[in-house]
Amino acid sequence: MAIKIPPIPEINLLWLNAGLSCDGDSVSLTNATLPSVEEIVLGSIPGLPKVNVYWPLVAYEVGDEFLQAFFKAERGEMEPFVLVVEGSIPNEKIKKEGYWTSFGNDPGTGEPITVNDWLDRLSPKALAIIAAGTCATYGGIHAMYGNPTGAMGVPDYLGWNWKSKAGLPVICVPGCPVQPDNMAETLLHLLLFAAGKAGPPPLDEMLRPKWLFDATVHEGCDRAGYYEEGNFAKEYGSQKCLVKIGCWGPVVKCNVPKRGWMDGIGGCPNVGGICMACTMPGFPDKYMPFMDEPPGSTLSTTLVTGYGRFIRTLRSSTIHTGDKEPKWRHKGEQLTTGYIPEAY
Amino acid sequence: MSVRDFPATEEERGGRQLIEMAWDPITRIVGNLGIYTKIDFKQKQVAECYSTSSIFRGYSVFMRGKDPRDAHFITSRICGICGDNHASCSVYCQNMAYGVETPPMGEVIMNLGESAEYMFDHNIFQENLVGVDFCEKMVRETNPGVWEKAKNTAAPRAEQHGYRTIGEIMTALNPFDGEIYKLGLQYSRMTREMFCLMEGRHVHPSTLYPGGPGTNANPQTFTDYLVRLMRYVEWMKRCVPLHDDLFDFFYDALPGYEHVGERRVLLGCWGALNHEGECDFQYRHMTTWGRKMYVTPGIVVDGKLVTNDLVQINLGLRILLGHSYYKDWEEQGKLVDRDPIGNPVDIRHPWNARQIPAPQKRNFDGNYSWVMSPRWFDGQNYLALDTGGGPIARLWSTALSGLVDVGYVKATGNSVVITLPKGATLPEMQLEWKIPKWSNAIERDRARTYFQAYAAGIALYSIDKSLELLAKGETKTWESFKVPKEAISVGFTEAVRGVLSHHMVIRDGKIENYQPWPPTPWNANPRDSFGTPGPYEDAVQNTPIFEENGPENFKGIDIMRAVRSFDPCLPCGVHMYVGGGRTIERIHTPFAAEVVP
Repeated sequence: MAIKIPPIPEINLLWLNAGLSCDGDSVSLTNATLPSVEEIVLGSIPGLPKVNVYWPLVAYEVGDEFLQAFFKAERGEMEPFVLVVEGSIPNEKIKKEGYWTSFGNDPGTGEPITVNDWLDRLSPKALAIIAAGTCATYGGIHAMYGNPTGAMGVPDYLGWNWKSKAGLPVICVPGCPVQPDNMAETLLHLLLFAAGKAGPPPLDEMLRPKWLFDATVHEGCDRAGYYEEGNFAKEYGSQKCLVKIGCWGPVVKCNVPKRGWMDGIGGCPNVGGICMACTMPGFPDKYMPFMDEPPGSTLSTTLVTGYGRFIRTLRSSTIHTGDKEPKWRHKGEQLTTGYIPEAY
Repeated sequence: MSVRDFPATEEERGGRQLIEMAWDPITRIVGNLGIYTKIDFKQKQVAECYSTSSIFRGYSVFMRGKDPRDAHFITSRICGICGDNHASCSVYCQNMAYGVETPPMGEVIMNLGESAEYMFDHNIFQENLVGVDFCEKMVRETNPGVWEKAKNTAAPRAEQHGYRTIGEIMTALNPFDGEIYKLGLQYSRMTREMFCLMEGRHVHPSTLYPGGPGTNANPQTFTDYLVRLMRYVEWMKRCVPLHDDLFDFFYDALPGYEHVGERRVLLGCWGALNHEGECDFQYRHMTTWGRKMYVTPGIVVDGKLVTNDLVQINLGLRILLGHSYYKDWEEQGKLVDRDPIGNPVDIRHPWNARQIPAPQKRNFDGNYSWVMSPRWFDGQNYLALDTGGGPIARLWSTALSGLVDVGYVKATGNSVVITLPKGATLPEMQLEWKIPKWSNAIERDRARTYFQAYAAGIALYSIDKSLELLAKGETKTWESFKVPKEAISVGFTEAVRGVLSHHMVIRDGKIENYQPWPPTPWNANPRDSFGTPGPYEDAVQNTPIFEENGPENFKGIDIMRAVRSFDPCLPCGVHMYVGGGRTIERIHTPFAAEVVP
């Protein structure tokens, strides 16, 4: 049943970038155009609540002055607020002392406040939590086998059944980094929900926005035609399908080849980069070594090769025909178009 | 933080009062940084400064045992604003290990991608992050007197950039509603489109591989880039004069401002943008191809070029534990005893360094950071080189070597001349970056705007090269290779904010050791084992305070300008003491007067 909430006139957006991250998801959002950060902040979309942004990457304020918003949120003075989490959450319980990552100092003790601590303090009060990027959603690179920090995603930390004050699970927007407009669009959807104009963003079982992560890379890839014809690249730099040199596109949920990286430009397999499955919960370990042919694709590409070659031959002949103009386009005194004049 | 986090200083014992203030986290940078200082308000000077980083992720730890070909995909994730510099550096490092040479077209594509990264990243930092420190709102709050003066000071280069007074420039830098601020964001996107044409995705590229990129070298790739590049060139013709006016004004309005963020000239640049066709990635030829790079490597001490030889630069690298949360690795012994041409390699060299994390309480008498202290050993001293945020070191090193001459960009021995061709709106323009008198906050920021133009110049040259190669039918971008069982290798480049090296040791076909050393550890490191402060610490210490506010509503703007001039790129915060007496008093940075819309 769709959740509805009374329209919210003004909302705070608190961005916690101090998980184990590279800040690439913050940087990615500055790259979005649908909408851009200016459009969100300056209120260019009708009906949205006024958005106050507390985002370390662009904040005017510094240090304690900046942190006040977070301390206030903890005291319940910032509601309603959306918490954006960037970076994976380390396991702070596996060591005796110190911290893996922190965000500001506790005014009482002077000790650094860990990111885990911030999540414990703020998550009960948040209207919604968005996990931005694969680190925050599922652990990502920093949660790779052999990592010393015990890194995990926000749902791993808060629990997969966790619900926000508005009854929403953690909204997971994976991508390493997150595709700029995927992030901006999800945020916009959430703001429309806060405005009482839309339902909550529909999510799949891994808490991804359904409309963005329903299809596979392959289904949106403009090189899929090469696959169909069994025409595979053996070298990087080729414009053919890359599955035999490391592309995981057929089994990865992501819309990047269809959407491009920004405003339709760039991407992954569509522009010559193998899909390394950076949106997937199993990333990176289940896809390494990245440059090897995915084990499953040996069988599927072998099967498609016979059919594909046959189809390619047929098409090649049709292309050859279509590549020639009809014979009636010529100079000279004769008209051979088949036109039958009444009179000249 | 507690009052006694800091070791007592001589001045303090002598009864001088220092007040502690705290900024954590520092915003408008990438990542987590902490700097703790003591300020003497009577003398209007920072007395002492400590820099700390509050994050550990463990790349060198979890990369052990992985397939070496995964290295660039993984290390790109070190940085979310210049990840592609890591990916490129790793590709260079892998190329050396695998003995593969990128085809010329591949190298040109990477140079176009990396040039776009410089154009984008410096642009967003200059106009949207550091620019705010110079905007009307900030100057009014910190130096109302300076704002009054700025409103009435005519901008000498108004004809070039269109703003009549310095005050108008400051207004245009106001966050979100200033014109330059907004244009800055827009150009940061257009340059990222250029980047994506070459490297697929920003910030973690999809098309980079050892052996060369997988990008299709067709005419559209280059013309789509060129059209956008010329729009950026027109923007640069306004931007560079605008920043010259703004920065010159600070020297005029606040005599002595040259000492803000000033430190001894100790600059490192590892060179960037390999010469297509000249770079074979072999260690034994590294001296030669290093000098062919389109940004010349070099170590500059007290204004003199110490070396521009990448082999010498490599051998002098040392990683000191300093006051960081790691255990030492010396007892584990050396992995590499000699470099590929037989030179001895030190136990503290990156090839032998290892990260053994030891999380512990922060203690300014003991260990206080997750950053180790890289140094360059000149045979006698462990030099705490900085990168000055990248551009100042690159321009200085390139200017002194005088090796770069590609038409659009020419190094003269004491300057760099950049010639931007006529565009849709403005005529040809020549810009000259001259070696400055100081390595300080203003000159680091000024060099940034010039380097944006420099990168555009190299990109114009690379587009010419790409068209030549297309005409010759040389469209191959990638060369095949085999991963050897054993190898040692190094990649050198310039990340946007300065030196970047990747060192790798391969054993049994797997990564035995992988050591990425990006610019920020060079700049943000804590005191090393010899007690030598890191560059932020050094540059902030003794910075004079020009802010008109007293301790009660002090914003620390001069310190922020000093720190941000290095273009910090790691999770950080700044804490400081301010004072005059025996009591050390804790003062939070003042609350925001208003929230940014």
